[in-house]
Amino acid sequence: MLCNICGKNPATVHLTEIVDNQMNELHLCEECAREKSSQMEQQFGLSDLLVGLTQTEKSSEDKEFANLKCAGCGLTYKDFKKIGRLGCGECYTTFKKYLGPLLKRIHGSTIHHGKTPFLTVKVTKNKVDVQELRQQLQKAVESEAYEEAARIRDQIKEIEQKQSPEPGGNEEK
Amino acid sequence: MKINDLLHQTSEWLKGTGPNSDIVISSRIRLARNLQKFPFPHWANKKQNRDILDAVAQAVPAIEGLKNATLFKLSELDNIDRQFLIERHLMSYEHAQKTDFKGLIIDDEEVISIMINEEDHIRAQVMQSGFNLFEAWGILNKVDESMARELPFAFLSDWGYLTACPTNAGTGMRGSVMLHLPALIMTRQINQVLAAIAKLSFTTRGLYGEGTQAVGNFFQISNQISLGPSEKEIIENINGLIRQIIEQELQTREILMTKSKIMLEDKIYRSFGILKSAYTISSQETTELLSLVRLGVDLGMIRDITRRTVNELFILTQPAHLQKLENKKISSQERDFKRAEIIRQQLTVK
Ligand SMILES: [Zn+2]
Ligand SMILES: [Zn+2]
Repeated sequence: MLCNICGKNPATVHLTEIVDNQMNELHLCEECAREKSSQMEQQFGLSDLLVGLTQTEKSSEDKEFANLKCAGCGLTYKDFKKIGRLGCGECYTTFKKYLGPLLKRIHGSTIHHGKTPFLTVKVTKNKVDVQELRQQLQKAVESEAYEEAARIRDQIKEIEQKQSPEPGGNEEK
Repeated sequence: MKINDLLHQTSEWLKGTGPNSDIVISSRIRLARNLQKFPFPHWANKKQNRDILDAVAQAVPAIEGLKNATLFKLSELDNIDRQFLIERHLMSYEHAQKTDFKGLIIDDEEVISIMINEEDHIRAQVMQSGFNLFEAWGILNKVDESMARELPFAFLSDWGYLTACPTNAGTGMRGSVMLHLPALIMTRQINQVLAAIAKLSFTTRGLYGEGTQAVGNFFQISNQISLGPSEKEIIENINGLIRQIIEQELQTREILMTKSKIMLEDKIYRSFGILKSAYTISSQETTELLSLVRLGVDLGMIRDITRRTVNELFILTQPAHLQKLENKKISSQERDFKRAEIIRQQLTVK
């Protein structure tokens, strides 16, 4: 059997592709199979995104947002639609209005319940930098991330309670 | 450590040990992480990509589990070395393309590996033999915590860790389990299993490559959803699914043993016979026959070789491994000779 893609080399890799619960069988040569698998992964992310985008997007909004640009990296919403990848972490805030429904479509949720990098401050440093946490707290409040702010506040409290029995530990009111 | 040192050791994931190792080859967890203030690798300029690589490289000594690790710059490796690392599942095929400012950190035991500047700034993974996702997570979680102390990660409280592709946002976690399912395939029940998996938002793929499922009766199953459930919940969900598949494979093996024992023995011993006597053999045929020999070992039919020997052969017979063993680039025909020779050596009882 010859490869389904190039039609030249013998098919040595036999793939089953599942698209919308439909199974397709593909018989490919090793070379085309490699190509295909990297392609499929990209397409997988991409098509998922594009479906999500077209469904949440109205044409008037499209115009409004097409030129919206991330201040952090210069990526426009148009760029994102084209390449299916964001440019930097800040893009998530810039395109928040669009990404919310998209994340919901991809993951079925828009609330993270996993670990956070902030907790490590408490666990790892012996002399915890309360100052640093206070700065984080202020940032969180400014960006209206109240859940995070509450978490950091609890953290500060906990640290201060731990530190208070120490002789000379300056307790703040 | 040099790349050549790896050639003579068994990768953690191939040891053939751990829970349910008659069906589960390996368990893997990876985390995607990005640094604040830097564009994602595809959108960053050269200087930024270099700075990202440097920043992660500097953090290495402080990262848990990496006391005995080596950082390789992909641009300094030749094609065979890169292919070799892919075959050992230490990095992705994508990582070997456009290698400027890409890095790979590997610990001595090949348990932890970290890709720098792949799709995300950091893709850290831990591999374990057998059905052992929580074990892998325990190790990786510590790696992650120590990285977070050194490197400021892009993170939002409601959307979690921020990644180049929104499909990885949240936990940034992908758990994968590699299964060997010869009985489900022989009896053509596998399609039902795969269709069910697709409905449950899990993905399947083959021994190599992403997004597809390929040859040799091997399937890798991973979670698709990374935002919403916690890391623990993601692992529990995968585990639940894997347990069901293991159960089905075991039942089917038992049915085959009672109803078609002679057919099964015939298939297995013929495969063993070909592998022990062939003087030239393709990679494809090797994978198919080794899969049956592995089943023979799992079912107690073949007792004079170990699961580990069979596992090692899967990897030693890959193209780049053969060329590393020969220490030079060799043609596909020469590889078929060399492959057969190594298999004969390994399967002949010493
Ligand atoms: Zn082809
Ligand atoms: Zn941006």
